Amino acid sequence: MSFTSYTFIAFLGVMLLAYFLTYGKRQWITLLVGSYIFYAFAGLDCLAFILITTLSSYLVSRLLGRAIGRERAFLEANKETLDKAQRKEYKARSKKKRFRILLCGLFFNFGILAVLKYSAFAVRNVNSIIGLFGGKGFDVPSLLLPLGISFYTFQTMGYLIDVYRGKVAPERNIAKLALFVSFFPQLVQGPISLYSELAPSLYEPHKFDLKKFSFGMQRVIWGYFKKLVIADRVLIAMNTMLDAPEQYGGAYVLLLIVLYSVQIYADFTGGIDITIGIAESMGIKLAENFDRPFSSRSTKEYWRRWHITMGRWFREYIFVPIATVKPMLKLNNFCKNRIGVKAASKVVAYTASIVTWFVTGIWHGAAWNFIVWGLLNCLIIMVSESLEPLYKKFHARFPKLAGNRFYGGFCATRTFLLMGLIRSLDCYRNVATTFRMWGSMLTFRGIGEILGGGILRLGLDLTDIVIILCGIAVMYAVSKISAKTDVRESLYERPVLSAILTCALLICVIMIGNYGIGYDASQFIYDQF
Amino acid sequence: MKKRIIILVCSALIVILLLGLLQALVVPKYTDNTEGLLIGEYYGETGENDVIMVGDCEVYESFVPAVLYEKYGITSYIRGSAQQLVWQSYYLLEETFRYETPKAVVFNVYALKYGEPQDEAYNRMTLDGMKWSGAKYDAIKASMTEGENMLDYAMPLLRFHSRITELNSDDFKYMFNDKKVSHSGYLMKKGVVPMREEAESGRALLDYTLPETAMEYLDKMRQLCEENDAELILVKAPTNTWGFWWYDEWDAQVSEYAENNGLAYYNFIKCRDEIGIDFATDTYDEGMHLNVYGAEKLTEYFGNILVSDHGLGDATHSQDVLDRWQANIDAYYKERNS
Repeated sequence: MSFTSYTFIAFLGVMLLAYFLTYGKRQWITLLVGSYIFYAFAGLDCLAFILITTLSSYLVSRLLGRAIGRERAFLEANKETLDKAQRKEYKARSKKKRFRILLCGLFFNFGILAVLKYSAFAVRNVNSIIGLFGGKGFDVPSLLLPLGISFYTFQTMGYLIDVYRGKVAPERNIAKLALFVSFFPQLVQGPISLYSELAPSLYEPHKFDLKKFSFGMQRVIWGYFKKLVIADRVLIAMNTMLDAPEQYGGAYVLLLIVLYSVQIYADFTGGIDITIGIAESMGIKLAENFDRPFSSRSTKEYWRRWHITMGRWFREYIFVPIATVKPMLKLNNFCKNRIGVKAASKVVAYTASIVTWFVTGIWHGAAWNFIVWGLLNCLIIMVSESLEPLYKKFHARFPKLAGNRFYGGFCATRTFLLMGLIRSLDCYRNVATTFRMWGSMLTFRGIGEILGGGILRLGLDLTDIVIILCGIAVMYAVSKISAKTDVRESLYERPVLSAILTCALLICVIMIGNYGIGYDASQFIYDQF
Repeated sequence: MKKRIIILVCSALIVILLLGLLQALVVPKYTDNTEGLLIGEYYGETGENDVIMVGDCEVYESFVPAVLYEKYGITSYIRGSAQQLVWQSYYLLEETFRYETPKAVVFNVYALKYGEPQDEAYNRMTLDGMKWSGAKYDAIKASMTEGENMLDYAMPLLRFHSRITELNSDDFKYMFNDKKVSHSGYLMKKGVVPMREEAESGRALLDYTLPETAMEYLDKMRQLCEENDAELILVKAPTNTWGFWWYDEWDAQVSEYAENNGLAYYNFIKCRDEIGIDFATDTYDEGMHLNVYGAEKLTEYFGNILVSDHGLGDATHSQDVLDRWQANIDAYYKERNS
């Protein structure tokens, strides 16, 4: 059930009504039933997988909880008799046991994800190697990929790790855990929530609050505006270029990079706005996933502002554990003696970064273009880090640059284009083609053609282009204003203006949104991950 | 809080009103493809029709109600539109019986060749003109092609919103009132484009069995007529071109059905000479459809059959109806002779 389908809008209406009608301790049950109905639309087979993840995570978290409980009880009971060393030894032994339990949970659930999402990719690569030696290879499996499996698996595994670390208590009620895993607005494209931040507001009752409801609905409409008016319109031109990449080389590649940046931003942030807006209208707080990423002046900053919850997940549950795992500490010590403290810490950080970005890449999709995309991001961040002393020297020499708006704009444009360039790997979906197209950009051919009306031969007419430009201007203005103040809070003080703007936005979505027969409204990009 | 609720309610009402106006603006006005207006025009002429004709383009291009009334005193209305499928004719008939009780229903059988929904554009031409009722709902349900959905019919704005960027003066001119295009459902074409060469057969088919769904709806139509004391008469317009061939095998199946159920079936292809149809002068599109001259000849011929074989033409009508029909005849000849 896509967010852009009539079925979803009808479902949402019923869901909101049911949610507020069941105000009280059982309100979360309504949400759970709704979430499972939503998920059942993706197919009953998919439902089985999310149930397995929920059940296995419940069992593992309970086992972890029991182990933590036993450990605490033992330490409490033997407070007087155990000395510091004995306590430490007991804790270490107990942690090892817990770790084994956690590993079972992680292996099982990541195993499901790996088999379903990556087995075809793995077999294809093995076949390529076998093919080099003249072998025939294996049949490529075609397995079901349950809706949102990457998102719910990562969110749930984050919960297990937090239970293991003792950051959160294991959920005793399996139905409540099932809701955390399947909460319908965020199920398909995130944000990836932490149990500690989502669970409290998910389970507590929420009375109908006109302010929260209006704010939520405003954000939902804003999300639809971005998705249907801008993203899906830009997609038409992109698809024309991607259907025949060789035909659209040179300056068209740069045009594609810019268009795709606009499209993915409008699509993904639009989807997240719908998600957060729905939750907000019910009184549930979800983590923000974007913070004006295109105003970032560096790649590192960009990744702090883009898909924030994913970045946080990889930092917390991949980067940090890898950087602090025993072999890494050994490596750190080994390097310290040979290349110095600073360089040694870099070796560890870079190694952990490479692994993290590799996983980030492959999480986005089982294809080499995603892996290369991840590693290129890593490379740019590492190079930037290495050049940090140079930047510092440069800025020390030209101190006025730091506050200069033009220099800031230059840095933001540079980051925008650099990120866009790497992101085009996701567009062409083929590493060789992407590199070839990057090369063709250097020829600069097609500039005249584009300016001479070529842009109007990409499936968009002048009206579409005007709508896109106006849409971008509106997005930019909202982003600029929201950097200084909460737009909706400010409008709340002016209810008539707020009503006029909301109605105008809604009418824009209905009248100039790309939906219905003939448009084939596209799936949200992050639904595919 | 009270103020906010009032603003919310007012905003909702304004949005609904604006969307209503925008819907009236963007829905197609069919000023070029005037067939799209035929179905909706019926509601201005309901009641006291002796005969109701249903079917596709062959029916609204072949029979002239004004001539039928002028020559035989038979009041009639054609509820037909482009590529009107059998089930659409059935549901239109079901709806028509709610407005009036005709003595006879004439169904043109060519649409029996279709057993599946065909094309959204044609669906729209037939279904958008219908007033909302259970019959319309059922007709939409039976007719939707892949990708269509009921909500788009209930709120045509959702389907036609993209026309907002391609509006023309007609969209504003006919925003609230449709242009009148027919004469009791008959769409007049006065042009003459002669048939170049008469085809001897149509394209060969793998299977000549008429689709089961189509025959089921024909049977439902028969039952509906029986329940409403109306006689069902089957006809096939005299046109027969290569691309739109009426096969002997189909004809045999319809004949058999008619015989088994005691229905009259007239295949006018077989009596073109008797009617006096001349495809050098009586067609506006190389023989695919009759023009007004051919339609008048066929109507006279068919009117005679309705009177002699089906006892029609002797009904007495109220003065209002007689006045309306006189006006219809005047309007018809005004356009014909203009």
